[in-house]
Amino acid sequence: MSDLLRGTAVQVAAAVNARQASALEVTEAMLAHVEGVEPGVGAYLTRLDESARSHAARVDRRVRSGESLPLAGVPVAVKDNMCLDGTRTTAASKILAGWVSPYTATAVQRIIDAGGIPIGKSNLDEFAMGSSCENSALGITHNPYDPTRVPGGSSGGSAAAVAAHEATIGLGSDTGGSIREPAAFCNLVGFKPTYGRISRYGLIAFASSLDQIGPLTRTVADAALAYEVMAGYDPMDSTSVQRDVETTGKPLPGDLTGVRVGIVREFDLAKLGAEAASLYQRAYGDLQKLGADLVEVALPTAEYGLATYYLIAPAECSSNLSRFDGIRYGLRVEGDDVTQTYEQTRAAGFGPEVKRRILIGTHALSSGYYDAYYVRAQKARTLIARDFAKAFEACDLIACPAASTPAFEFHAKSDPYSMYLMDYYTIPMSLAGLPALSVPCGWITPAGGTVPMPMGLQLTGPLFAERALLGAAHVYEQATRHAGAHAPQIGGAR
Amino acid sequence: MSGTTGAAAAGYEAVIGIECHVELKTQTKMFCGCLNEFGGEPNTKVCPVCLGLPGALPVPNLRAIEHMIRSGLAFEAAIPAFSKFDRKNYFYPDMPKDYQISQYDMPLTQGGVVRYWLEDGTIKECRLVRIHLEEDTGKSTHAGSGDGRIAGSAYSLVDFNRAGVPLMECVSEPDIRSAEEAVAFLEALKRTFVQLGVSDVKMEEGSLRCDANVSIRPIGAHELGTKTEIKNMNSFRSVQRAIDSEIARQVALVTSGGRVIQETRGWDEVHATTHSMRSKEEAHDYRYFPDPDLPPLEVSENTVGWLRVELPESVIRRFTRYTGEYGLNVQQATQLIDNPSLAEYFDACVALSENPAQSVNFVLGDLSRLANETGVAIYASPVVPKHVAELIALLDGKTINSKIAKDLLERMWSGGGSPKAIVEREGLAQTSDPGAVAKFVDQVLAANGDAVAQYRAGKTNVLGFLVGQVMKASGGKADPALVQTMMTQRLA
Repeated sequence: MSDLLRGTAVQVAAAVNARQASALEVTEAMLAHVEGVEPGVGAYLTRLDESARSHAARVDRRVRSGESLPLAGVPVAVKDNMCLDGTRTTAASKILAGWVSPYTATAVQRIIDAGGIPIGKSNLDEFAMGSSCENSALGITHNPYDPTRVPGGSSGGSAAAVAAHEATIGLGSDTGGSIREPAAFCNLVGFKPTYGRISRYGLIAFASSLDQIGPLTRTVADAALAYEVMAGYDPMDSTSVQRDVETTGKPLPGDLTGVRVGIVREFDLAKLGAEAASLYQRAYGDLQKLGADLVEVALPTAEYGLATYYLIAPAECSSNLSRFDGIRYGLRVEGDDVTQTYEQTRAAGFGPEVKRRILIGTHALSSGYYDAYYVRAQKARTLIARDFAKAFEACDLIACPAASTPAFEFHAKSDPYSMYLMDYYTIPMSLAGLPALSVPCGWITPAGGTVPMPMGLQLTGPLFAERALLGAAHVYEQATRHAGAHAPQIGGAR
Repeated sequence: MSGTTGAAAAGYEAVIGIECHVELKTQTKMFCGCLNEFGGEPNTKVCPVCLGLPGALPVPNLRAIEHMIRSGLAFEAAIPAFSKFDRKNYFYPDMPKDYQISQYDMPLTQGGVVRYWLEDGTIKECRLVRIHLEEDTGKSTHAGSGDGRIAGSAYSLVDFNRAGVPLMECVSEPDIRSAEEAVAFLEALKRTFVQLGVSDVKMEEGSLRCDANVSIRPIGAHELGTKTEIKNMNSFRSVQRAIDSEIARQVALVTSGGRVIQETRGWDEVHATTHSMRSKEEAHDYRYFPDPDLPPLEVSENTVGWLRVELPESVIRRFTRYTGEYGLNVQQATQLIDNPSLAEYFDACVALSENPAQSVNFVLGDLSRLANETGVAIYASPVVPKHVAELIALLDGKTINSKIAKDLLERMWSGGGSPKAIVEREGLAQTSDPGAVAKFVDQVLAANGDAVAQYRAGKTNVLGFLVGQVMKASGGKADPALVQTMMTQRLA
């Protein structure tokens, strides 16, 4: 059974479908493992032991009746900004602590329908705003590869859970890098599909035009599997796309012959330091060795990505988070009148980073500043998307770093701007709505660190090119096998 | 004295613009699948979407959008190819998301004109700025203050059944000059929305709510005066009274050397005055921006074309047809237009009979009376327009007289069928044969010597009695005109 805990989603589902193991057995083993390692990791805000068992029993019944389920018995960590009927859903915020969702997010429902077993609701930066999970108001999550370091964010809980084998698939949401960066920090594959591929219905909104759900897994094949289960049109989400999802039912391709991989001229690797620079050079070289043609592409507006993002995302969040007012659900700090109740509730309920973004966004949308901030940011966003479209005339995929550094120590990024810089390489893709993933590409022992920490290579494809993107990542992963080089300190051997 | 006449006497004219909210009639709410119905137990017609629960997303109701386009087309508005939804951000306890999905700079319809008529038949025009689509809020009830007001209340209850109901907002240009015009304008809107089936337009159920922007200026001036916005008017009558009262207030203020300040004023039905609610300085910055949850709306020319073709005859066109072509009076025309099924029935009668005057007499007269007496709608009765047209033809051709026509109508109402057939079957045709009529006349003259003597003595008003006797003797079938002539001749 411990083999299955270490196994991939593909393996677990195959074993359960073949009735070599029952979903309940897998679940019980997983719950026991979680019980053992959770004190050191802190991946989950809410554990779902009871409902996991009943989901598992249901999966076993379905399998016994002859069904074959793509995720039969696969343990899943659900980021706690996704609604799951009857469970506490907090977005790691005091303002929602104790709120029990009366409905289930479409993506989570599709995972459950496919046989996946939600094991727990995982930690995140409050309302998915952050890159280290340190902005969670409800718990601290440690990086299983070095517990003195952060797991990344905002999907840090799901990343840590999968890295420590506390789940086989982690569900994350990515607004500016919140799947890809923690995947890089935790030696995982983290995949953000094209905006609109996976329904956002039931995902607590941070920035609606950027938010996208995706998986964090230990292999590309698992990411593809989870993606295919979740993707596809949902009538409950007006921004979900009505377009067929190409499945990877047939084997992913064996090499990269003829694939043109773009290397971004403006991304100067030297800025990352010699060790990281040579690591990424080696990764590009490996792609070439696998048959890819490396071509230089230009993204001249990418450098405005961060500034653009930090207007659009806060503007949307300032409106999206208005509903947390103490009137209908969640925290209420009663005042003398309704205005004071709003003020006191929101003052007590939101953490500093959330307040900062609400303030920035409110300012950016206010009369007299709207054109200078919000409208210009939208224009910049269009230009960034155009740059990518132009680049993809010359290449099929773009390769670049997923994060500027390996996982850092707690409290290392004390000023907000240095934390924002963590997403320098992931934000432009989010603004352009493109599918992008992070795949393990090697290890670096950080200055002052004692153990090697994983690094992630980011691959980006044109809109809706998920299949090609996953195919290329699979080839790279199978040829290099960086992930297996080191085991996490917590959660056992890989 | 109305506010307007008072203003005119003081040398001022009123300038009025109307903003009204109309709840659209759809099966489901604007952005979710909850039923769009008035009333019900509080918070029973709700779901994650219209409660604004975390993670819930809006999906637009296409029927509501169609209603909008049809409404716009009815008023000759432009329907842009692109439109979008925006968020209007402000905190309010009965607004679940603390923003309202509305339309800011790209509404579904732009411009247009409402043509309406006054009681004397004068036709007026009021241009529209736009009609846009938004979602309604919930409703708050304040408890513990005695008078239902928020001030002094112990707690408030919120009912979200109405939250998310599709709402269209019509904004007029300031083309209206009196309270009477404002009401006539609203009535015209109401008629069109009812005719199109886009709304029930019931002010008492809140499916029509309106605000008025009122200012005054010296007669002949072109510049607009400072306006106030009047709220809380919950019937057409209160619209009229509130505007009159506000015009009078402004005129009194200005003529006594005061100055109107820009503010929102509430109408107080009990005290028949407006009172200040908030000034311009307290106005919100709504921070409108495009709703990222809703992609822009594309309205194809094809869709607009179809909806335009399928539009019924406009209300004002119908009014001018009735009063112009058909010669109906304003009251008749209005009565028909306010009852679309009656108007349709009337039109069918006219089409078959080519006699609007007689058709309107039957439809608004005897048939309406029978409908009232029996509780059966005219269009649901056995009397079909074809039979009405037959009846009119029998009258026009002098086959029957109006007395017989009245009797026939009663029999047709109780299922008698074709009046022509009844007349033939029962020999009810009018007797215009002079020989036959002369026989009845002579009979009556012989039997009423007294009356004849009285007549000859100068008491000519017994003629009516004698004619009546002839009609009676003929079973009502004698041509009354012929009887009259013949009788006068014989008595001369």
